[in-house]
Amino acid sequence: MGEVVEGEQRMTGVHGKHRKARTNEDDDPSGTPRRRFLGYVLAGPTLAVAASMGSDLIGRADDAEAVVPSPPEVSDLVDLGDVISLAATPTANMITVVVNTDSTASFAIPRAEVGQGITTTAAMLISEELDLEVSRIHVTLADARPELLFNQLTAGSSSVRSIYRPVRVAAALARERLIKAAADMWGVPQSQITTGNGVVHGPGGRSATYGQLATAAASEQVTQLSITLKDPSDFTVIGTAQSRIDALDAVTGRKTYTMDLHVPDALPTMVCRPPTINGKVVSVTNLAAVRAMPGVTDVAVVSTGVAVRAATFGQCIDAVRALNVTWGKGSEDGKSDATILTELKNAEVPLAVPPLNLLTHTIDGSFTFWFRSNSPLETNCAIADVRADSAEIWSPLKSPIVAQQKIATLLGLPISAVTVHVSTSGGSFGRHLFWDAAIEAAEISKAVGKPVKLMWHRTDDFRHGRTHPMATNRVRAVYSGANVLSFEQRHTSIQTDFSHGIDEVLSAYFSSTPLGAVTFSQGIFELTQNVPYNFGVTTQILDEVDAGFHTGSMRNIYSPDVATAKELMVDKLAKAVGKDRYQFRRTFLKDDRSRAVLDKAAQVGNWGRAMVPGTAQGIAFHAEYKGVSACLVEIDCRSGMVNRTVPDAFTGPRVTKVVFVVDVGRAINPRGVEAQMLGGIMDGIAQALTSSLHFKNGLPLEGSWDNYYYTREWNVPPDVQVVVMPPTTGAPGGAGEFGVPASMAAVACAYWQATGVFPTNFPINHNQSLGFTPLPTVPPIPQSPTDGLSHTF
Amino acid sequence: MPIHSFIVNGQPVSVPVDDDVRLLWVLRDLLGVTGPKYGCGLEVCRACTSHINGKAFNPCAVPVSQLAPTDEITTIEGLSAPGGPLHPMQQAWLDHDVAQCGYCQPGQIMAAIALVNEVRAAGRSVTDADLDGIRNICRCGTYPRIREAIVAGAAQM
Repeated sequence: MGEVVEGEQRMTGVHGKHRKARTNEDDDPSGTPRRRFLGYVLAGPTLAVAASMGSDLIGRADDAEAVVPSPPEVSDLVDLGDVISLAATPTANMITVVVNTDSTASFAIPRAEVGQGITTTAAMLISEELDLEVSRIHVTLADARPELLFNQLTAGSSSVRSIYRPVRVAAALARERLIKAAADMWGVPQSQITTGNGVVHGPGGRSATYGQLATAAASEQVTQLSITLKDPSDFTVIGTAQSRIDALDAVTGRKTYTMDLHVPDALPTMVCRPPTINGKVVSVTNLAAVRAMPGVTDVAVVSTGVAVRAATFGQCIDAVRALNVTWGKGSEDGKSDATILTELKNAEVPLAVPPLNLLTHTIDGSFTFWFRSNSPLETNCAIADVRADSAEIWSPLKSPIVAQQKIATLLGLPISAVTVHVSTSGGSFGRHLFWDAAIEAAEISKAVGKPVKLMWHRTDDFRHGRTHPMATNRVRAVYSGANVLSFEQRHTSIQTDFSHGIDEVLSAYFSSTPLGAVTFSQGIFELTQNVPYNFGVTTQILDEVDAGFHTGSMRNIYSPDVATAKELMVDKLAKAVGKDRYQFRRTFLKDDRSRAVLDKAAQVGNWGRAMVPGTAQGIAFHAEYKGVSACLVEIDCRSGMVNRTVPDAFTGPRVTKVVFVVDVGRAINPRGVEAQMLGGIMDGIAQALTSSLHFKNGLPLEGSWDNYYYTREWNVPPDVQVVVMPPTTGAPGGAGEFGVPASMAAVACAYWQATGVFPTNFPINHNQSLGFTPLPTVPPIPQSPTDGLSHTF
Repeated sequence: MPIHSFIVNGQPVSVPVDDDVRLLWVLRDLLGVTGPKYGCGLEVCRACTSHINGKAFNPCAVPVSQLAPTDEITTIEGLSAPGGPLHPMQQAWLDHDVAQCGYCQPGQIMAAIALVNEVRAAGRSVTDADLDGIRNICRCGTYPRIREAIVAGAAQM
C-alpha cells in the first residue's frame, strides 16, 4: 500500500512535486482528513488497476477496510442469472486502466463516443494522475458489460461526472504501483523516487520507463488499496485545452464507424419501409423477381418491412424500390400537423393560477414546438451475425446493456451468448440511446441465416427514425408593481420514449422520493426543469399524450422548448414593467454565479449597443447539469437577408453574432467544452428558426437534408464567441446538451425584438409554405442521381 | 458482368460490377475505400465528397460506367501518404480541432480544398460568401471551426 501522509504537507510516494493539502471537492469541510478512495490492483501479466464506477464506493481514511457494496438492486433489469457470475467478483463493476509494456496505458470506457469527446476527456483524467502524456493513452469503447447494470448509459450529459473520480483513482493507483516496483527493484525508499512523463526516476540517475516496470508492477492476485488524489491546485492537464485524441484519424479517413467495419460475409442490407410509421407488411407480390435482381442475395419479410441483402448498397436501393408491397395500418395513420396539434390542445390542463385581483397583472403565453428529427449524419446502422446458438452485434449504442438484453430476448438466446460491440458514432443527438438498427439487424440476420450490414436510407432515417416530440407550452406570470408573484409553466407533449434504460435507472429513485406517484416522464421533467429567477410561486408541470410516434431525446429533452417559452415570457415581463431585458434578468436571478455568466455575456457581447431597424440583440439564461449559461445573440431580419436565395435551401433571418458564456463548475477540457457549445448553438439556431418535421397522413414529409433544414453554412453566424468560465464549484458538470437551451431562447428573444412579431411557433418558419417538393412515399426511398459529373468544382 | 477500370488514390483498379452502381458503393462496398461516407445518397449532404481529376464531386451521384481508365479518383485516404506530411488543409483541421464525431469531415476537407483551388483559379482568396456557399452538412455543428480552418489552410496551400 502506498504511503499517504496526512497533514499540512503530504506526499504520495513522493515524486518530485510537493502537493499541499488544501480544501477541495474531495475534502470534508469539517476538517477531517482528505478522503481516500478504494481501488484494486488486478491480477494480470502487466499492471492493471481498477476503481468502482459507483459513487457509493468512496471510502474515507478511517474506513479503508470497507467492503465492496453490491450493485443497485433492480432485479428486473436483467436476468440476474446472466450477470451473477460476473457480479460475484469484487471487481465486477469496475473500470480498469492497464499499463502496457510499450509505456502506453489502455482504458476501455463504458460509454459511447458520439462526437462529444468523452474519450479525450478520459485520457486527460488518466494523464493527470498517471503522469503520462495524453497521446500515450489509448481509450477504446467497451463492449456491453451487463454486470455494470446502470453504469453503461451515455445520457443526460452525465458521463464526465460519473467517470471523473473512478478514472483518476485507477490512474493514481497505477502510478503508485509503478513507483513501488521501481523502489523494490532499486532497493531505495519510495520517497527518493519521482515520475515524469511516463518515466520513473531514482537516485543516482537511475530511470525506468513505465513500460519497463509494467510487468514488475503487475500482481498475481487482486489487491485492495486506497489512495488520495491530486490536489486540484496541482492539476497540469485537467483544465487545459487539449485537442481530440481521435482528430488525426478523423482528418485522414482512418476513423472507423460501424459501416466501415469489415465483418466476413456481412453484406449490405436495407429495408423497404411502410408509407406510414409502424405500418406492417400484408403481402409482397414479387419476392422471387426481386431475389433475382443483380447483386441481390436475400429478400425477407421482417417486422419492420422487407429486408434486402445485396453485394452493394446501390443494389439494395434498387431492390427496395422494386418491391411491390401491400401495407397494413400503421400507428398514426391519418395524423397530420393540424390533427396532432388538436390532440395536444385537447390534452392541455387548465393553468392553475386564476387571474387575480385588480392590483395584479397577468401575462399569458402559449407556444407550439413542432416535431424535430434527431437524425445524425450517420444513419441508423448495425452489423449482425446471428448463429444458432450465439450472436455478435456491432452498432453505435449509448445503452448497450439494454440493447443486448432486448436482442437476446428477440433471438431466444441467453444474454451471455450475445456479444454487443459499441462502435464509434457518426453523431447521436439522442438517436443512439435506442438500438433500433441493432435489433432490426439481428432479426434480419436470423431470418436470412447470414451476417448482415444494415444501413437505413437517409429518407427512412428522417421519416421512420426517432423524433423530438411535438409539444405545447403555456405560461402564466402574475406581477404586481416591479415584483413577479407567480410563474406557472405547463408543458403538454407527445409522449417521449424513455425505454432505453434510464427509466429503469430512475424509477426506483422516484418511488423513494416525494415525487412518488408522478409518471416517469414527469419525474424526469421535475429533475431537469427549473425557473432560475425569484418569481415567487413557480410551477412547472408536464402532461403527455399519444405514445404512437417514434420519439426520444434530442440533445436534451424538454429544456430548449421550456427555456424558450420561459425566456420569451421574461422578456414580456421586462417590457411590462419597463425594464431593460438584461437588467431585469439580473435583478431576478437567484445567485451570483448565475449573474456572473449573464454579466459576462452582456459585457463581451456589448449589450445595448445601437442596432439598425430590422436587427436586434437577444439575451437568455439557462441553468442545468450543475452549470449556468447565458447567451447573447444578434439577428438580422431585414428583407435583404431574409430573402436571400440559395438553391434548395431555407435562408430566412440570420443570426449574425453569438456570445455564449458557460460555467460548468470545472471544465476538464475547455477546448472540448467550447466545441460542445458551438454545436449546441448551431442546434439552438436551427430549432428556433428552421428545423422541423411536417407530418402528413402518418409520415413526416421531410426525406433529405435539403428538406429538413438543419443549420447550414448560409445560416451560420459569422461571429461566434464562446467563453468558458474558470472553475467555480470545482466539480465538473455536463456539457453535451448544455449549449442548446440558452441559444434557442436568445434567438427567439432577438427575433421578437427585431421584427416586433412575438413568436409562438417553433421553428419560426414551420407554418410558412413548405419550400420543397416531398419525396414519394412509395417506393419509400429515392434513387441516387446520375449527373454528379456535371456538378464538379 | 462488365469490368470498369479507373485510378483510385494513384492505384489503377478494375472492378467487375454492373454499369449503374454508383461509384460510392464501388469504393466502399467492393474496394474497401471507406473514407467517403454515406449521408444521403442524394448528392445533398456531401459526406462522400472526393476529387475526380482534381475537382470535387460526389461519388454517390456517379454511375461507375461514366468513369474512364484515365480518370483519377482521390479520396481522403489519398490526400497524404500514411506517416507522411499532411495536406495543409488536414493540418489546419487539426490546428483548429475541428472534428467532433468526424463523420462529415473527410467530405468537408475535400470540398474545402476544391473551393480554395477554385477561387485561386479565379484570382482571388476565400470570402465569407464563398464559405456561405459550402453545402456540406455537419450535424455536430462544427461550422465555425470549419470556416476558420479553411481560411488558415488556404494560407498554407
